[in-house]
Amino acid sequence: MAVLEEHFERTIEKDRRVEPRDWMPEGYRATMVRQIAQHAHSEIIGMQPEGEWITRAPSLRRKAILLAKVQDEAGHGLYLYSAAETLGVDRAELTLKLIEGRQKYSSIFNYPTLSYADVGVIGWLVDGAAICNQVPLCRSSYGPYARAMIRICKEESFHQRQGYELLLTMMAGTEAQRSLVRDAVDRWWWPSLMMFGPPDDASPNTARSMAWKIKRHTNDELRQRFVDMTVPQAEALGVTLPDPCLRWNAERGHHDFGEIDWSELKRVISGDGPCNAQRVGVRRAAHEDGAWVREAAAAHAAKAAARATGSPDAAGRAATAGGSAAGAGDGAGAAARAGATA
Amino acid sequence: MSAAGTDHLPPASPEGQHGNAYEALNEGDDPRWAYGTGFADPLAGVDTAVPEGVDAAELAAYCLMLGDDALIMSHRLQEWCARAPELEEEVALANIALDLLGQARLLLARAGAVDGSGRDEDTLAFQRDPGEFRNVRLAEVPNGDFAHTTARLLVFATWRLALLDRLAASRDPVLAAVAAKGVKEVAYHRDYAAGWVVRLGDGTAYSRERMAEGLAAVWPLVPELFTPHPAERRLARAGVAADPAAAREEFDATLAQVLTAATLPHPAAPRRDDAPGGGAPGLDGPSTPSPDLRKPSAPGPGSQEGALGRDGAHTPALDGLLAELQSVARAHPGARW
Repeated sequence: MAVLEEHFERTIEKDRRVEPRDWMPEGYRATMVRQIAQHAHSEIIGMQPEGEWITRAPSLRRKAILLAKVQDEAGHGLYLYSAAETLGVDRAELTLKLIEGRQKYSSIFNYPTLSYADVGVIGWLVDGAAICNQVPLCRSSYGPYARAMIRICKEESFHQRQGYELLLTMMAGTEAQRSLVRDAVDRWWWPSLMMFGPPDDASPNTARSMAWKIKRHTNDELRQRFVDMTVPQAEALGVTLPDPCLRWNAERGHHDFGEIDWSELKRVISGDGPCNAQRVGVRRAAHEDGAWVREAAAAHAAKAAARATGSPDAAGRAATAGGSAAGAGDGAGAAARAGATA
Repeated sequence: MSAAGTDHLPPASPEGQHGNAYEALNEGDDPRWAYGTGFADPLAGVDTAVPEGVDAAELAAYCLMLGDDALIMSHRLQEWCARAPELEEEVALANIALDLLGQARLLLARAGAVDGSGRDEDTLAFQRDPGEFRNVRLAEVPNGDFAHTTARLLVFATWRLALLDRLAASRDPVLAAVAAKGVKEVAYHRDYAAGWVVRLGDGTAYSRERMAEGLAAVWPLVPELFTPHPAERRLARAGVAADPAAAREEFDATLAQVLTAATLPHPAAPRRDDAPGGGAPGLDGPSTPSPDLRKPSAPGPGSQEGALGRDGAHTPALDGLLAELQSVARAHPGARW
């Protein structure tokens, strides 16, 4: 055991990747499962706030952009669940934990989307914050996660630019559109800052996660970086971020900003946000309503296997493998990604 | 456009390496940034003149028919977002909805360009009233369960593929180009739906029942698909349109093959015992639609006996669908999106 542990420590120390078959401490494994599952759940729950606007998108081009984006999120969820599966858990088990409230997802998705401007602001601020959080994770010490993050970050950056471009267009539109944008920015700014998690002095696991190189920067460092990136973008857009304390501090070389309402973050994380019940409810309904479909696919696969070999054993094995018809088109105009990068 | 205003950013943070996440990820002008929305014009280099001897108004009306079919069917698939039985199905249904939306955009744009009205794709999608839509009613009826959706999709895609296959040889170069692109997409839609009809038909006793019910529910809407509108007939004779009546045989053969693999009885056959093997498809003619499905949504010019979706006669479901689809666009006159 000591040899294995030493090997693990050396892998981390030399900035090499830990791979699924390598020995790893149980704490590391459990932390990675929690981190990846939480991220996968966030992608899937994150389809809902914007997905609600697909059928109502105000132009066909915006409809296509939004539909492709929400589809990307389902794809991200898929390969993140696959990355988690390399650690010995399975997707069905993680999905149950999500709908039973035993695993979390990003609290940002518990806020409602009240107008089409929210679609743009989510792209700009929420995806922007996610990118700040996730780019360093492309260097996570856990190989399958790091590799999945490279692709996810690339796609997130398209989403971020699409969101910002929608807002620029709306700001150049009617006064009513400009006020929708301002209202959405006011509502999403503070929750976006909360996406980086509690302040460093209240984040007990940060030190260990940094030592394991599954976290590369502290919450406050990432939050500061996000604020510094966003302020000039807000100026270019012509909106005011809702924080009277926000100003450039030449001495620090960073923007100062106001105190975050941590009690709100706690409340939303613990289940008492505006949309927690709705988000989990929709996910649970999809899972439960789809159970007969998944069972049918497994039953058909078992029958087909039995017909092929004439052996009932083969049927049993096929049944547990399930049957999923993830289809990838020829890519003509759409993103169909069912595969895992892990 | 320098999207996120990245050039205004303050100096990189002390750690440096990846101080600017956006720049690190966006070297160069990646054409995928509007992924699925196509900056590249799929009709680049295609002759957009109306072919000689073709009635422009009729060509426009025909483009609306095919465009509305795709737009409305796409909308019903979009409604599955976050509701699909498995994540792979979320991805696949969105993929199909995106393909159809892309086809709709090209066809609506063509309709507006050809009819001389100068209406663009958005004016046509968002500013017409239900009676002006020309889609078949199969596309507009509300979603049922997943079996209903796969039944509808199988019927729709099999029919549309047969049409697009023929249209690829249209005398109208734009229709030919749209069809050539669409054939590849819709072939996948048909395969996807067929795969699920087989899985559900040959799955559990419950899924078998759901699948048979889904097929039975959409079957009364099938005859309309093969009833040509006079404009379709005339354009077909001119070598521009595909005559849907001529596609029936191919449709029946494909459906029979899928139903056999799914061990399901043909929906037009009298319902009997669901025992596997009892499902030899009856290759009989189209069944008669139930009377309520033939009733248009409102009295008016389209309400004459026998009027179909192609005439602007729709079920009440289209009113609700369009009220949602058009809600934001209509709430903001003069807005830019």
